[in-house]
Amino acid sequence: MKILYCRCAFAQVVPQETKDAVLEKLCESGASFETVSDLCEMAARKDDRLKELLGDGETPVKIAACYPRAVKWLFHNAGVPFPQEEGKVEVLNMRDQSAEDIVNELTGN
Amino acid sequence: MKNETHPIQVILYEGDGAQPLAASERFAVFSQLLDKGYAVMRVTAEKARLESPGVGIPLVVIGNFGGTAPALEDAAGQIEITTHDIGGLAPDAVLDLIEQGRVADQRGLNQPGVSGMWKPWFPVIDYDRCTNCMQCLSFCLFDVYSVDDNQKIQVKNQDNCKTNCPACSRVCPEVAIMFPKYAAGPINGDVVNQVDLEREKMKVDISSLLGGDIYSRLRDRSEAAKSRFSKERSPDKALDERKRCLTKLQQSGIIPAEVLAELDLASLPSPEEIQRRAAEAAAKAQAAREAAGTA
Ligand code: SF4
Ligand code: SF4
Repeated sequence: MKILYCRCAFAQVVPQETKDAVLEKLCESGASFETVSDLCEMAARKDDRLKELLGDGETPVKIAACYPRAVKWLFHNAGVPFPQEEGKVEVLNMRDQSAEDIVNELTGN
Repeated sequence: MKNETHPIQVILYEGDGAQPLAASERFAVFSQLLDKGYAVMRVTAEKARLESPGVGIPLVVIGNFGGTAPALEDAAGQIEITTHDIGGLAPDAVLDLIEQGRVADQRGLNQPGVSGMWKPWFPVIDYDRCTNCMQCLSFCLFDVYSVDDNQKIQVKNQDNCKTNCPACSRVCPEVAIMFPKYAAGPINGDVVNQVDLEREKMKVDISSLLGGDIYSRLRDRSEAAKSRFSKERSPDKALDERKRCLTKLQQSGIIPAEVLAELDLASLPSPEEIQRRAAEAAAKAQAAREAAGTA
């Protein structure tokens, strides 16, 4: 499984405490993970790494960012649609969910 | 301003041959680099493999290597790799090290919080909802929207979008336009419910009234006094017309006041240009409906 964390660094829409707590817990875990400064900014530039971030389409990916509908279509509009198979990509919403729930989902606790 | 260069990919390597950082240091390194616009990956013993960030994206590998950073090279010669031993460095010093390298290599980076940098504010279309009606294309004055080769609406010029202006999302009858950095739902991507749908449909009526206002005034003039109109017409009058329309938009709450305040009215398209675009959008919508067999 791949873990991706979005810092949403260009805006204050994700509560600071939540994004810090999620990152802190990831840093305390033994997991490998990827983080980006701002997925929106990468999507606007159609950054090649978006494809790498989603991986091969087989490995499940969990993304800690914001509303799943927004994240799905950000990737799509940048030319990197989510894999067809349901559930391969799961978006966890740091605007709405608690840091604890998100970390449990990310690390499989 | 939009940054066209590929940001640098930083990898914190904590696999074999490197000592892991303390969790608090790791958090400080990650958060500082992320807040400066870098992408950072952690590689641990569990997954001790460096993944390519993609051709042309430089890689900076950092780790506590015990004094000397290993020299790494991409066998295919496509990725430029720099390594740094960060043993004993405080998180601020790690950030400085990476910033200095970036500046020395003359690599641009769109950095949050730095004045003059582009804030990623742009519409994102939910194609599960979009009906390709082209209202957004005819409404937007800044050429943000376009159609692809299949006559399908798309967001083409993201960086033309006016920061903090979500106006086009409010004219979309299907609530298909999102601004992920907007404060409230459903524009921010939150689930769309029936109440939202009703409210958005009402707003479309408001916008068509405003649009009608612009267009009917133009029509009256062109039919009744075409030649007189062209003689009378002055840049000041055109500006006044645009101001009046924008004031109406402001009063309707569709465009936030602070966005309107920053607009350079003189740079806005003329009413004729708006009318031309609306006609073009209608033709594109018709072509799209014909292509889909729903005309
Ligand atoms: S995807 Fe969501 S969390 Fe990430 S930068 Fe965009 S708005 Fe922020
Ligand atoms: S206004 Fe909405 S439904 Fe119509 S084309 Fe634009 S995004 Fe699609």
